[in-house]
Amino acid sequence: MAADSYDDVAKNKESIPALEVAPQDLYHAKSFWTKYIFCQDAKVIGIQYALTAAAIGMVGLVSSWLMRMQIAFPGVIPMDAAAYYQLVTMHGMIMVVYLLTALFLGGFGNFLIPLMVGARDMVFPYVNMVSYWVFFLAVLILAASYFVPGGPTGAGWTLYPPQAITSGTPGGDGLGIVLMLVSLAVFVIGFTMGGLNYVITILQARTRGMTLMRLPLTVWGIFTATVLALFAFPALFVAGIMMTLDNMLGTSFFMPAIVEFGERLSYDGGSPILFQHLFWFFGHPEVYIVALPAFGIVSDLISVHARKNIFGYRMMVWAIVVIGALSFIVWAHHMYVAGMNPWFGFFFATTTLIIAVPTAIKVYNWVLTLWRGNIKLTIPMLFSIAFIITFVNGGLTGLFLGNVAVDVPLSDTYFVVAHFHMVMGIAPVLVILGSIYHWFPLITGRFLNEKLGRIHFWVTFIGSYSIYFPMHYLGFMGVTRRYFEVFESDNFTYSITGINQFITVAALITGAAQFLFFYNIIVSSKFGKKAGKNPWKACSLEWQTEDVPPTHGNFGKELPVVYRWAYDYSVPGADEDYITQNTPPNAVANAKAEQT
Amino acid sequence: MSNKKESLIGQLTQKPWEPSQVKIDNLHEGKTFNLHVGKLGLRYIMIVSTIMFCLFIVTYADRMVYDDWIRMPEPFLLWINTLILVFSSIVFIRIQLASKNNNFEKVRRELVLIGVLAVIFLIGQLLVWQNMIEAGYYVSGSPANGYFYLFTTLHGFHLLGGLIYWVMTINKVWKLDNIIVRKAKHTLELCAIYWHFLLAVWIVLFGLMLFS
Repeated sequence: MAADSYDDVAKNKESIPALEVAPQDLYHAKSFWTKYIFCQDAKVIGIQYALTAAAIGMVGLVSSWLMRMQIAFPGVIPMDAAAYYQLVTMHGMIMVVYLLTALFLGGFGNFLIPLMVGARDMVFPYVNMVSYWVFFLAVLILAASYFVPGGPTGAGWTLYPPQAITSGTPGGDGLGIVLMLVSLAVFVIGFTMGGLNYVITILQARTRGMTLMRLPLTVWGIFTATVLALFAFPALFVAGIMMTLDNMLGTSFFMPAIVEFGERLSYDGGSPILFQHLFWFFGHPEVYIVALPAFGIVSDLISVHARKNIFGYRMMVWAIVVIGALSFIVWAHHMYVAGMNPWFGFFFATTTLIIAVPTAIKVYNWVLTLWRGNIKLTIPMLFSIAFIITFVNGGLTGLFLGNVAVDVPLSDTYFVVAHFHMVMGIAPVLVILGSIYHWFPLITGRFLNEKLGRIHFWVTFIGSYSIYFPMHYLGFMGVTRRYFEVFESDNFTYSITGINQFITVAALITGAAQFLFFYNIIVSSKFGKKAGKNPWKACSLEWQTEDVPPTHGNFGKELPVVYRWAYDYSVPGADEDYITQNTPPNAVANAKAEQT
Repeated sequence: MSNKKESLIGQLTQKPWEPSQVKIDNLHEGKTFNLHVGKLGLRYIMIVSTIMFCLFIVTYADRMVYDDWIRMPEPFLLWINTLILVFSSIVFIRIQLASKNNNFEKVRRELVLIGVLAVIFLIGQLLVWQNMIEAGYYVSGSPANGYFYLFTTLHGFHLLGGLIYWVMTINKVWKLDNIIVRKAKHTLELCAIYWHFLLAVWIVLFGLMLFS
């Protein structure tokens, strides 16, 4: 970007025409209820989403502890097979949908989108508020299933029929499965309302000068993930509604003719495979609904904490979009063992491997951003580097499982569990944790405690690898997932028992470290070191608000005007090592952005 | 100067680092499309609904090829209900014309008619259900029965959602003053688009059930 061009713009600043659209009318809260409970401010809604997701996420975390105890030390915690399957199911669904999706899109999306694009709020604040409460209702319905006769469903998080709604499955003949399906349908309705706001705010309510190609990658990640959800969640909704009808009204959409405990049920002619197609048409894009915001956020964290512009910005944007598009034509790689035409398998194996190309572009660009950067090993940076390593590890095992011939023997083993936990569990969680350390000063005006943060990072990072690396080995040994008990036998030797015990101890310690993190959040929000304005010296707009934490309306009397992208770090000729997006050209006349 | 009319692909292929592009970008108004947010929001909702109905239709097509598929009868009342929806769309066109000519007396009158027609349609659909159940076509009787009740229920819920927006539209049109005339016209337009959309969805669903 040549300096003379900035001068030209500065000279023409007076001639900038007035905006065609009138400023947004904001609802100003008048009571405690409208300010903190039924609030229409996207920042508060984001925090509400995050707290609710974290609360139900803790249930998911404790579920995993109990499962691991059963696998490694059976009998220590009294549990039957039904309870184990219920824990497996609830852990999976809570973590994927109610924690990760809700936290990334509802939490980060609400808090960051208006601030980063330079808007006062979402375009439909009332709908946004309703969206949160519908999500809250979905969580309540899900949680209610713990308290109904028979307990929650134990069908596995994929809820495959026919077993999901037959009486041999925990919760299958009671309210457990119904509450799960209804909760998912309500979640989709709530998300559609939220997604409406994210997409349209990003498309139509950006501040002046904020073109699409000047958006921070965080916004690109959340935007593309929301568009994916817009196409993918209806499949979950459709599958959920049809299975509910099969269960409650006796239709046979997914239920074939079936004999249960010697009794012929009234179902006839339904297709369980059809459910699998619908589920994975949602389920695979869901991986990217979680991953794409993580990709975007980590790009921003790396750039800020390496004091360097993101490498290949335009390619990063396109990679996000291409990954999103490809994610809709790979779903059947989750169904290789369901029985399919070999050409069908060949097609899905090919598309699965193709998706590695834009993903690899992103990994190279993150590494090249770090290359010769002024790397600050802050806690967000530590989590970001850990993410890159973990994502590469998890991604590489995805190449194994994407191939039909390799997937078939590894299917339903712990290798699969290790793969998806690394790539869509641990990797995005590392980004979530890193970004909380990064944006906590913006949310509260204070830093999180550094010492506790570093302990939290190292325990989480080493602990995660202690849990999931050995699981790959278990998978190769043929240890099957979802087994309630693994007895020692000729095939399953003492080493497997030992590994399982090691994994369980690691899981307990890693889980406990998260409670240290929650403690840090609670204490630091009151007593943490004061951060002041823009403590990381970041370029993007969310740090350029008049007040920290930003107040209702975000930007004081006038909205910022954007003159550059969000990555002008270490620009030659500039006085400081960052130029914020709203710095006018004449304020940095000597900066040579084209040399960065 | 604004480049908001540039296509999405055009915007994604910009080179924001080039000095000539910087000048253009600094004057960019911040909108991607030359559309009101309400209209874009409605398109978003219609896209989500369309995807949902398309997925249902895919499963329907998947199921109907099997030998045990037994068609439902097509009661005459369904044709009458379809005509009610067609008539509603025609009324909405008249409302839009009246709104354009600032004839809000006519707008109010015909908006009430829209509500009445919608309620008649819903009652008509319930009567069809009653007839079907009396004739022994229960929801669990055959796959075609299941789809019939599913499609009519989902379409009915969409119409109920439309009625909520219709109440908001009525509210705006009744409280009309100089300040909110533009807003009322905009709301009317959105309501009309949604009603036409519901007609299109119904014709596709009805056609599907009729010809399969």
